Amino acid sequence: MERHLDEELKELHKEILKMGTLAQEAIYKSVEALKNRDKAGAQEVIDTDNRIDELELAIDERCIDLIARYQPMAGDLRFITTGMKINAELERIADLAVDICQRILGLIDKPLLKPLIDIPRLSDVAQEMIRDAIDSFVKKDADLAGKVILSDPLADELRNRVQDELINDYMAKDASTSSRAVPLLLIARHLERICDHATNIAEDVVYLVKAKVVKHHREELA
Amino acid sequence: MDSAVKMRAQNVNFFYGKTQALKNINLVVYSNKVTAIIGPSGCGKSTFIRQLNRMNELIANTRCEGEITLDGTDICCDSIIDAVEVRRRIGMVFQKPNPFPKSIFENIAYGLQVNGIKDRQFIEDRVVESLKRAVLWEEVKGRLHESALKLSGGQQQRLCIARCLAVEPEVILFDEPCASLDPISTGKIEELILELKKDYSIVIVTHNMQQAARVSDYTGFFLLGELIEFGKTEDIFTKPRDKRTEDYITGRYG
Repeated sequence: MERHLDEELKELHKEILKMGTLAQEAIYKSVEALKNRDKAGAQEVIDTDNRIDELELAIDERCIDLIARYQPMAGDLRFITTGMKINAELERIADLAVDICQRILGLIDKPLLKPLIDIPRLSDVAQEMIRDAIDSFVKKDADLAGKVILSDPLADELRNRVQDELINDYMAKDASTSSRAVPLLLIARHLERICDHATNIAEDVVYLVKAKVVKHHREELA
Repeated sequence: MDSAVKMRAQNVNFFYGKTQALKNINLVVYSNKVTAIIGPSGCGKSTFIRQLNRMNELIANTRCEGEITLDGTDICCDSIIDAVEVRRRIGMVFQKPNPFPKSIFENIAYGLQVNGIKDRQFIEDRVVESLKRAVLWEEVKGRLHESALKLSGGQQQRLCIARCLAVEPEVILFDEPCASLDPISTGKIEELILELKKDYSIVIVTHNMQQAARVSDYTGFFLLGELIEFGKTEDIFTKPRDKRTEDYITGRYG
């Protein structure tokens, strides 16, 4: 039996997907701007963030409205509440893309400290995790969500490598490199945080699909 | 920690003539908890709670099998326990308020009188106490000898609860107690149920899923005479295990 609520949930699903696409685009463009040292590209990400903020508010409002009017239960309730959480995660991801772009603008007029190796790797991991997290939501695929969750330690490791290298090989030896090293260090940190948000989304998806809480209980994934 | 078991239904079957209305029901009613029974019309939920205090015996051509215990003692049809005594210990409040066409006072005193109590002062005290417990006292204290039929629907329902409390039951069965009440009266009955569970064990049949979610600690879902799923209310309404439960509580049934 098709319910009126199903129509509403489809609309909500569409909006969250749109939010996911926008967040993914923001990350992609910020990573491209870093690779190509593209000032205009970085500025564009910063300037278009308000679209994402507006959509976040619209999705939140829609969710609250659905809860008030339908008093959803079980799978419907889990869909709406996880939708709200995923919405907030995506907005944070887009904000981190903005943060990355601001760091890029701070770097762009100075010569590059060193060729970038682990940061591009980390950005690949981040993009893959975001893509898979959103895909797992779309397909209600708890296995794919599990894969995202298990990728998170790799992101932490890459971030640590970048951090150790910048601190030990540059800043500790020559403090004057700090103005070029710190933005890179922060970019690695932002990318790693993006992976954390992708992990949160994946955890929400596992709850949505399996009604199982894996947040802070990774052993439950098994 | 789970609380103590007040009642336990074991392998309960019930037949109206040849039609089987309950199929092998196993369900526990915990002490000082509210247990909600939900399910579509005709699923057997009312039959089940009427079996808990043997009201079904009053219907001709019915038959029951299985065991229902109260504090560990079998009280079901084949037991040696008297049905009238069972119904005193397990009170019932119905869908439609059904006060007797008598005064407010007499409505509540009646149960005591049929139980052989003659002490006037005792009866008066118990009437007042029961009205207070049912949160009706403030509204009726000046007119105890007026007809109960003058009360509003919500007040009549609380009067029926007071009447039930007067004989000091241990378990109270509510069969759709708010079905004919407005939202304000419904809210009062729900608050009252939450208050009463401190002293009684409560079973409520309701069609209103939100009501079950609000007032109960445990929920059982009945379908076609079977108990499909039983569990903590928070689990039933957020992560039911059985797809039929999910379909029913999300309004997909039918």
